[in-house]
Amino acid sequence: MKPVHRWMLGLAALSGLVLVSGCASVAKVGAAVGQATGTLTPQQAESLVKSAEAVEKTFKDITPEQEYFIGRSVGATIISTYKVYDNDEATRYLNLLGQSVARFSDMPNTFKGYRYLILDTDEINAFAAPGGFIFISRGMIRLCRTEDDLAAVIAHEVGHVQLRHAVKAIKSSRLTSALTTLAVEGTKSFAGDQLAQLTSAFEGSITDITSTMMNSGYARGQEREADRAAIVILQRMGYRQEALVDVLGRMGKALQTDQRGFGSTHPPADSRIKELVPIIDDTRTPVPTAARKKRFDRLLQGI
Amino acid sequence: MKINHVVVAVWIGLTAVVAQAAPSMMSLQVQSSPLRATPSPLGRVVATIQYGDRVEVVGRQTGWMQVKSPAGQVGWINESALTRNRIVLKAGAEDVSRTASGEELALAGKGFNSQVEADFKARNENIDFTWIDRMEAIVVSDPEVVVFLKEGGLQ
Repeated sequence: MKPVHRWMLGLAALSGLVLVSGCASVAKVGAAVGQATGTLTPQQAESLVKSAEAVEKTFKDITPEQEYFIGRSVGATIISTYKVYDNDEATRYLNLLGQSVARFSDMPNTFKGYRYLILDTDEINAFAAPGGFIFISRGMIRLCRTEDDLAAVIAHEVGHVQLRHAVKAIKSSRLTSALTTLAVEGTKSFAGDQLAQLTSAFEGSITDITSTMMNSGYARGQEREADRAAIVILQRMGYRQEALVDVLGRMGKALQTDQRGFGSTHPPADSRIKELVPIIDDTRTPVPTAARKKRFDRLLQGI
Repeated sequence: MKINHVVVAVWIGLTAVVAQAAPSMMSLQVQSSPLRATPSPLGRVVATIQYGDRVEVVGRQTGWMQVKSPAGQVGWINESALTRNRIVLKAGAEDVSRTASGEELALAGKGFNSQVEADFKARNENIDFTWIDRMEAIVVSDPEVVVFLKEGGLQ
């Protein structure tokens, strides 16, 4: 698997922009247009609407508890590809910052909460697995000059979790009726064939998510949504919202000289920055304290 | 026509009464969550509720719900932690067939669960979960967050 800087979103995934969020309403519009132009019969239009609604319902049926199990396996797959940066002090600091950031998001509680690890690689990258398992590379941390910058990176990843982007990368064909209706009665466990069917759907879901994260990237619209969620979080906490623009800018420059993992399919950071500028308002952002600078500099020393 | 109008008016009136009388019940869809004295991320914790607990919604504010716990305690919780579905922790055969019929019922442990994860591990021995278990153990408490924010001159 080729590691890819998914932060700079994938244009390749743009074709998949009509993802499941809002899929039913898009299908309704499409069905209405098709009918009006005479390309669909009313029956065909009806069935298109019904199947899109079924897909939308299927994703809603993935409970936070199931997202947690998906997230564990996605996370385990990521750290089987990358090495973990094993440093207790740095990991503790990242969790203090990251779990604080998560508390100010629109989804402060995942099934068991947000957790963070540092990936031991120079590559500039960050991944957010379902349920709040978040991974930030050493390369990404090095790109940050202040705690505000790192908070912006984390807030963007928390945005992906709260908007359930990873779960939406699962192909709807995986989400069989077995997944949404099959349940274990009392203390019984799944029978062999049921378990095999579920595990295959599970394996497929993990592959869909990890290949989206590592190879194709999220859709442009999803990156934009996560950027917006990040600005809201930074504003609520008192971090500089402009920090997200700074990091994106530096990332854009780094991309010009370091093409590892991210190819020509990624649009420039400029377009994302252009969209952020009108919504940023740092006029009431407090001045950073010396303690904030000191604790971030301590993290950077080892990175 | 006139009779029809009367029927419709009575029906609308009855619906309004029923809607007012039935309390809005929701369930906690995460493992556990604090109920807070104020609708804010670090509001004082007044109680803790558990997965599947049914709560009665008594107030609302953007993104937050004021609820009454099964034990009668009232506090605020982020709306993302709640679902309209009733969550059944230990399902019986009847619950399983009810959920299959599309009733608003969520069974804890349905679909992807620890049994599926164990089977996934058996099929993918090269995927190591050691770090995932270790990262789950890294818990940051509310008081630690408060100190972290204060030191950093945040909020």
